This record gives sequence, C-alpha cells and structure tokens, in this order.
Amino acid sequence: MNNEIKDNSHIKGWGIDADPKNDPTYPIQHRKEGPFKYERKDQKQQPITQEVLHSNERPNVSAVYGLGPEPSGLSGKLRRFAFEHGEGEFSHWIPLILADRVNAIEGVLDDLKNGKFPNIIIEKGWPAQWKHDKKGLIKKLSIYTAITVGTIWLIVRKK
Amino acid sequence: MLATNYRGKRRIRVDRDAPIPEIQHTQDAIIKVTRTCICGSDLHLYNGNVPDTRVGSVFGHEFVGIVSEIGNDVTNIKVGDQVIVPFNIACGECIFCEQELYASCHESNAQSTALSGIFGYSHLAGGHQGGQAEYVRVPYANVGPMVIPENMDLDDAVLLADILPTGYQAAEMGGIQKGDTVVVFGAGPVGIMAAKCAWLFGAGRVIVIDKEEYRLDFVRQYANCEVYNFLSLEDPVRFIKQITDWVGADVCIDAVGAEAAGDALQTITGRKLLLQAGSATALQWAINSVKKGGIVSVVGVYGPTGNLVPIGNVVNKGITIRAGQASVKRLLPRLIKHLQDGIINPKELITHRIPLEEAADAYRMFSGKLDYMIKPVLILPTVSL
Repeated sequence: MNNEIKDNSHIKGWGIDADPKNDPTYPIQHRKEGPFKYERKDQKQQPITQEVLHSNERPNVSAVYGLGPEPSGLSGKLRRFAFEHGEGEFSHWIPLILADRVNAIEGVLDDLKNGKFPNIIIEKGWPAQWKHDKKGLIKKLSIYTAITVGTIWLIVRKK
Repeated sequence: MLATNYRGKRRIRVDRDAPIPEIQHTQDAIIKVTRTCICGSDLHLYNGNVPDTRVGSVFGHEFVGIVSEIGNDVTNIKVGDQVIVPFNIACGECIFCEQELYASCHESNAQSTALSGIFGYSHLAGGHQGGQAEYVRVPYANVGPMVIPENMDLDDAVLLADILPTGYQAAEMGGIQKGDTVVVFGAGPVGIMAAKCAWLFGAGRVIVIDKEEYRLDFVRQYANCEVYNFLSLEDPVRFIKQITDWVGADVCIDAVGAEAAGDALQTITGRKLLLQAGSATALQWAINSVKKGGIVSVVGVYGPTGNLVPIGNVVNKGITIRAGQASVKRLLPRLIKHLQDGIINPKELITHRIPLEEAADAYRMFSGKLDYMIKPVLILPTVSL
C-alpha cells in the first residue's frame, strides 16, 4: 500500500468484505480434488433440431444450445469452414469475422427478396443522433458521401 | 412478440412479429421480460467486433422478468415468480460449476470452450437469444434464475444480472487489502460499480480514470473517489506513478475492454482494422500503472483472438493478472444483502428509460455517449413504467 491506512469509516460499508486471505494465491472458486476429466452427468441433451456448429476442442454439442440463427448461405459455408479449425487458430476466427460481414449483405438481400426495404436510417439510430449530436451526424454523412462520390468518380474516370 | 434483431454492424431493427420462444429442454423456463438493459459489452456486438455475431440475433443479457412457463424438471421457480436472471447460463453440475465458476460452465456453449453460454451474446457465447425482447428462453432454470426478494425495486434487480456483480468481482479479484490504492480504468457502469465496491474491501484510496467528464462527475459523487480525465493528462501512467509516491497503484482494474480510447495505435489496430481483439489501451495502462508485484484485475471484455499488451512488463514487474466474467450466481446472495442494507444503490446509475421499440436509438446514444447517458433501461410495452 502506498499510504498509511486512512480512516474511511465514513464510507458506508467500508471494509465489510475485506478478506486478508484474498491474496492472489487464494482461489475464489471452491477447489475440487482432481484429476479432472470431461463427463456429462445428469444434464439431459436438448434435442438437436437445427444445425449446431461446435468447437473442435470439445467432443460434442453442449447439453443445451442456443436457437439463434442457423448458418446459411455463403456466410454459413464460411462458418462451417471456421469450425473445422481450433479456437486458437486465426483460420477459425478470420472466416467468422468475414462471415459476419457477408451475413450482413445476405440480410439486406433477404429483406429485399421478402419485399421488405430495410430502413437503414431508423436501424442505425440516426434520429437519436440527429437529436443529440447533429454536428457528429453531419460530419459522418459528409465523409460517407465524399467517399461514395470519390469512388464513383474514380470508376467513371477509368472507363 | 417484440424483439430486437441485429442486422449488421451498428444496425438494430425491432421486430413486432418475432416468434415467442418455446420450451426446448426439461429444465427450460420462458420468462416474460419486465426490465432489460443495454450493457457496455453489447456495444462490442453492436460495433461488429465479436466474431460469429449472426444477423437475426436478439441481444440482451441483463434482464429480469416473470416466469411464464417452465419445463417438466424445473422445481426451483414457478410460473408467476419475478426473477433475476444471471447473464451467464450455467448447468450447476459440470466440473466448473461445481467450483462455482458459473461463467465457465461447460454445458451451455457448444461453439467456444472458453466461456459459458451468455444470453444474447453471439454464437461465440452459445447462440442463445437474448432478453431485449418480450420473452426469452432461459435454460437450466433450476440453477440461474433467482426469485426477486419482496420490496426490491425492479430497477435495482435488473442491475444485479450483470453490472453490479461484475463490478464487485472486479474489486474482489483485485485482492484489495485494507489501505490499498486502487485505480479503476473506465467510468462506465461496471467501472462505477468497481470503484464503489473497492471500498467494501477496505481500499484506502480509489481513483477512476476516464475521458467523459459527465461520467467522472457522477462517479466522484456516487463512489466517493478521486477522478482524472486522461485527456488532460500527458501520460496517464506517469501521472499515476506520480500520485502514488512514484511506486504505482496496488491494484489496477480494467473496466473498459475492447472499445478503449486513448492510444491511436490501439484504436486503429483494435477498433478500426480489427487486427487485434479490440483496443487494449486500458489493459496496457493498468499493467504499466500497477506497482511491482501488484494485481491487475480484468473485467473489460475482449474478443477471442489476441491483443497488444506489454506482457514483458507483466513478467518483469511480477504482476498477477486476475480476470473473469462475473460468477453472478455465486455473488447474488451477498450483493442482495448489501442492497437491502442500503450499502449499494445500483438504480442510481440509470439515466435513461427508453421503450424497447426505440432500441436502435438507445444503442446509438449509448455507443456515442450522447445525452449524458450512463445506463439505459429498455422498457417493454406491456410493462408500466
């Protein structure tokens, strides 16, 4: 400690959870005797009703899993490829990051296919930004516009 | 039902016709959400920094609600109970849960062996749909959900799902001893809670570093601590050495994680180019500011790949790093007692109450720190304010 112990008793609750044993060698968890091995105990398996990609660093699908969107389309292919590689590998994570970007485009195409035009202005929360940070929004939109116009100009000029 | 729907980087849609979740497992419960928050860590998803965040996902891991349906094996809660749902999904039986490492449950996340399932936190955390919706499926309902004590305000209860336990565990992992100087990097909700809880462990001095003046003003009052704006400091690490008699702090807490500002190289490589798993500025400062032999506690959330941190300094200074997602279930009884004894008053952090239908605006405001936002609660249309 850097200073003499100050009297902080005016602060409500000061020191009530102080634990001199909580030094870095004192585990927060309840230690169990090893050796440890993976085993499923009484947890019943949730019926597997959709495609669940699982890490190749475990032998099975966990007893419960989430019902978030299944892998599909090109992004799904990238995700399946990613899960062939271990969690310590960039060949796992980079395809997943790429898949997320592809998935966003697929989302827009799906919307259009279903006759829905995504309301980007609302989805991006720009009305709130307009209300609380007009300058920031104008700056951002100006940059987007400049980049778009510049790109179009470069393409047209090349032709 | 009404539910948020992630559509890609910084795009949130609110669906009015999302399907109501159903029981999938005998230990499931369906919860009708009454309060749900946006967490600072949701912004990592929102900003597209967490791999395997799929379009169509429902975010939200901080929520409370009423049990509307239970599976055949659920005995600890009943239909009609008002419950707090910890953000981590834990089976209670695996070797990690048996050690009370509920954030490391091995039977709730197929996609990653590093962490348990988390509600609404991408397929990296098991692909479970989240609580920013009218209803949510809660697996292992005998283990996680806890009945809200009578007379507890729901605004307090919802902050027990994550930010209070996370802030508390940040202080606990710091191994704070009486009289210690504790530096908390980040004055977001978790940093504020960490600063508040540092006193409970007997800290002698609590210092908070951030760049948002309004948040520093709040935490100064709420947690009785010293605050400094790093924008006004030439070198935050040198400054901390200077104000700790040139030794460094006993304990440093990283309560920021991947969205940290303050270092151009970290920001560009971590947040803009995604060449690392987020910007590790706060962790870098924590490692460099702590005294030799000190403790760095990390609760800031980072992605799973890797970060630029001065690991050589960790070795040379003999620092201990302790880290972890909060083991909410382990901490709830103690924190509820603190709340009932009036030692902590979490709901004071809530600055905004926004209808769920306007979730996209709420995300934009929270991400941009607009309108002096500290903690937004999303209110369900069927729930009175």
